[in-house]
Amino acid sequence: MPLDKITSVVARGVHVPGSDIDTDRIIPARFMKCVTFDGLGQYLFYDTRHEMDGTLKEHPLNDPRFTGAGIIVAGINFGCGSSREHAPQAIHKAGFKAVIAQSFAEIFFGNCATLGIPCVMATAGDIEVLAEAIEADPSVEITIDVEKCEVRYGDKSFSVTIPDTAREAFLAGTWDPIGELLDGADAVTATASHLPYMGA
Amino acid sequence: MSQSLFEKVWEAHAVKKLSNGQTQLLIGTHLIHEVTSPQAFGMLRNLGLKVKYPHRTFATVDHIVPTKSQTEPFADKLAQEMIQALRENCKEAGIKFFDIGSGGQGIVHVVGPEQGITQPGTTIACGDSHTATHGAFGAIAFGIGTTQIRDVLATQTMALSKLKVRRINVDGDLMPGVYAKDVILHIIKLLGAKGGIGYAYEYGGSVFDNFSIEERMTVCNMSIEGGARCGYVNPDEKTFAYLKDRPYSPKGTEWDAAVARWKALASEPGCPYDDVVNIRAEEVAPSVTWGISPDHGIFVNERIPTPESAANDDERDSIVEALEYMKFQPGTRIAGTPVDVCFIGSCTNGRLSDFREVAKYLKGRKVAQGVTAIAVPGSEIVDHLCRQEGIDKVFSEAGFEWRHAGCSMCLAMNPDKLIGDQLCASSSNRNFKGRQGSPIGRTVLMSPVMVAAAAVTGTISDAREVFEMNSDAA
Repeated sequence: MPLDKITSVVARGVHVPGSDIDTDRIIPARFMKCVTFDGLGQYLFYDTRHEMDGTLKEHPLNDPRFTGAGIIVAGINFGCGSSREHAPQAIHKAGFKAVIAQSFAEIFFGNCATLGIPCVMATAGDIEVLAEAIEADPSVEITIDVEKCEVRYGDKSFSVTIPDTAREAFLAGTWDPIGELLDGADAVTATASHLPYMGA
Repeated sequence: MSQSLFEKVWEAHAVKKLSNGQTQLLIGTHLIHEVTSPQAFGMLRNLGLKVKYPHRTFATVDHIVPTKSQTEPFADKLAQEMIQALRENCKEAGIKFFDIGSGGQGIVHVVGPEQGITQPGTTIACGDSHTATHGAFGAIAFGIGTTQIRDVLATQTMALSKLKVRRINVDGDLMPGVYAKDVILHIIKLLGAKGGIGYAYEYGGSVFDNFSIEERMTVCNMSIEGGARCGYVNPDEKTFAYLKDRPYSPKGTEWDAAVARWKALASEPGCPYDDVVNIRAEEVAPSVTWGISPDHGIFVNERIPTPESAANDDERDSIVEALEYMKFQPGTRIAGTPVDVCFIGSCTNGRLSDFREVAKYLKGRKVAQGVTAIAVPGSEIVDHLCRQEGIDKVFSEAGFEWRHAGCSMCLAMNPDKLIGDQLCASSSNRNFKGRQGSPIGRTVLMSPVMVAAAAVTGTISDAREVFEMNSDAA
């Protein structure tokens, strides 16, 4: 199953401030009633974007200046909470291609990687300066260089951390592991044969 | 070299190294439910793949199940669509489905153990972050996303990076009125909501030796709230006694062989850990959360933190945000805060022993006026056993609504929801903003007995005082 190699992501950014932005905040559980992920994009950050009566609140994603942004810039422990893939899917379906944050929750990070969404880690200082640059000029183009572990925008750049396993998978086009997993079918049978509970 | 249980189970299930350096890990037991599996079956169909080991896949329906009337079709069309999709997917693939009314339906993390599907030394995956619950049996159990569900359905494996292991010892004697829930809330408070990232938590020490299997499940269940991908307790005689004669437990000579294998899997004394944390049981008191993250915990007799107490700017921002959302005054005592709703249930605290313990104290008492109190058994079996013991009556007579089994108000994907900014004393596992169904609803996590204390007094209260617990009653 050939996949695109993801060597870099180039897009405009939107800064979503705050730490510990959890998966219920990214998409409230009540919108997860679905048998397909299509259409989840409209519920991204729903409760932080809408008043109880449905009118729009002040939120970066409601700000027309950031319409069309493809990179979310966030704080610490982004995506904590649930393992439900609805949160990364909502981000994906809303058109985002990558996230830059100080740190990520583990399951969320893995779910994003499998969807081909690089989640890269940067220092608080670099994120703050980037956020200011986006605020000053929402049209600034941001490049996440997966190969060089670097973020560039305007005349600035800073280095980011991408765990090796994810980085290699993006660069090799194996970020969706299903192909390799299927290739291992014989080895799976062999491993299972040593485990009595796998039964017949 | 001596090994931890995690190392041994990992080695036994490692299929091969993948090109990105991750491991292809065999998942022996796959548990599925209606919320996260239909999309995975859809992906499978798109790829022209079939379920590889249907006999190692087990399904139930829990998140969207109404707990008042279960007559179908459900009022919620989407919920009906989801249960229908699961039924059809299971039928087509030949997967055992514990459906509503089968006698075996319930929250997936209650069903696995009570059926004997959850066994020591196995790897378990489920599209739900509270899958670590199964670690109480010495299983390595992971919460996974839907694409990984697809991987497990299609290959019975998934790609995973090996975790480090942190041993958490809790030694000594817990004081009366202090429960497993208080122990895990305390651990999360100490280590933080992200302290466990990259780790499997191995819980041990005399407190865990003395804990029942169900108490161990309560602790393992919330590992993810501390950031740990999985958590476990080494299997012992209690584990084996719990599993004996369960429907899916090994039988006859296979049972003896299995027990011998399980015993050999426990972490060896002196085995290396990546980190060790020691906690004294005497330090732990009945705990509640005051904020919007499970690590926002305090003892019930403490004061709500002030922004000034923060160690750094991030923590201060987090406290300010939490206080604003919770509408709490910094520096005031949390005890005495009025509650609107009391919820006892969930995969954390919805088992027979939870309801039994609460019933001991609830008998002869009444839920305070103006408080809505609901009790939701974790499974049809828990419901049945509670009814056999008359526990449901104790709850009903006290003014609790006794409901059908499901996840219910833990995450409110069914009709059980907070309204407006109602404050809920909850035995569940997450106090995230909007978690219980209202975007401005407020959740205070605590043990089931503490929820009962809140229910009868109408305020957050120290159960030890309300129920006059002393050392003799322990």
